[in-house]
Amino acid sequence: MKADEKLDCVGLYCPMPIVKTAEKIKQMKPGQVLEVAADDRGIKQDMPAWCQTTGHECLGIEEEGEEIKVYVKKKGEQK
Amino acid sequence: MEEKEKMTLVVFSGELDKALAAFILAITGASMGMEVSMFFTFWGLNIIKKNEGRIKGEGLMRKMLGVMNRGGSKRLKLSKLNMFGLGTWMMKRLMKESNYPTIEQFITMAHQMGVRLIPCSTTCGIMGLEREAFRSEVEDLAGAAYFLNEARQSKVSLFI
Repeated sequence: MKADEKLDCVGLYCPMPIVKTAEKIKQMKPGQVLEVAADDRGIKQDMPAWCQTTGHECLGIEEEGEEIKVYVKKKGEQK
Repeated sequence: MEEKEKMTLVVFSGELDKALAAFILAITGASMGMEVSMFFTFWGLNIIKKNEGRIKGEGLMRKMLGVMNRGGSKRLKLSKLNMFGLGTWMMKRLMKESNYPTIEQFITMAHQMGVRLIPCSTTCGIMGLEREAFRSEVEDLAGAAYFLNEARQSKVSLFI
């Protein structure tokens, strides 16, 4: 999946991947896609849940061995 | 403007592991756009005391409390398996090896994310603690009514 921005959270445990995602998304434009890479397996549940609460869209999850990539689209009107 | 959801936590415990749980939940709530307040009472006050300096207190008992219950983020112990400090030291080592933030870093993070740190006025009064005993991130003392007013408006309210 294509992404406008990437965030490397490999080696970080919850809540850090989510905290960093929240920070990064703030700096992005609505409609842009963020790729978050992590190896904490909890992210597979955490990110969709975070998206449900914040309203951003969880586009999908890809796994490459130990690494998990989650794709999040920032909500809002694209200008 | 969208109204933010509120989240409140009562932090009664003063141990390292419980403090971590409290801050992790608070920070996650903040990263989800919630307005988070943490009310520190009793042993929880130890988490937000300054690390440096002496804790003042009027009277012998309060002075003893200031020494035996010094507090400060760097002095917190595990709630189990402290083993005279060895267990706590080992757990801190494990966390460092796992690249995990320390409680000190969590407190700073929480403050930067807008989490409010509020000490309970009653326990402060009983133990003889003034605002100066606490770190700069901590707000003014408040009581049970203030907490409950926040709690009843909160979607999530936890006791740790």
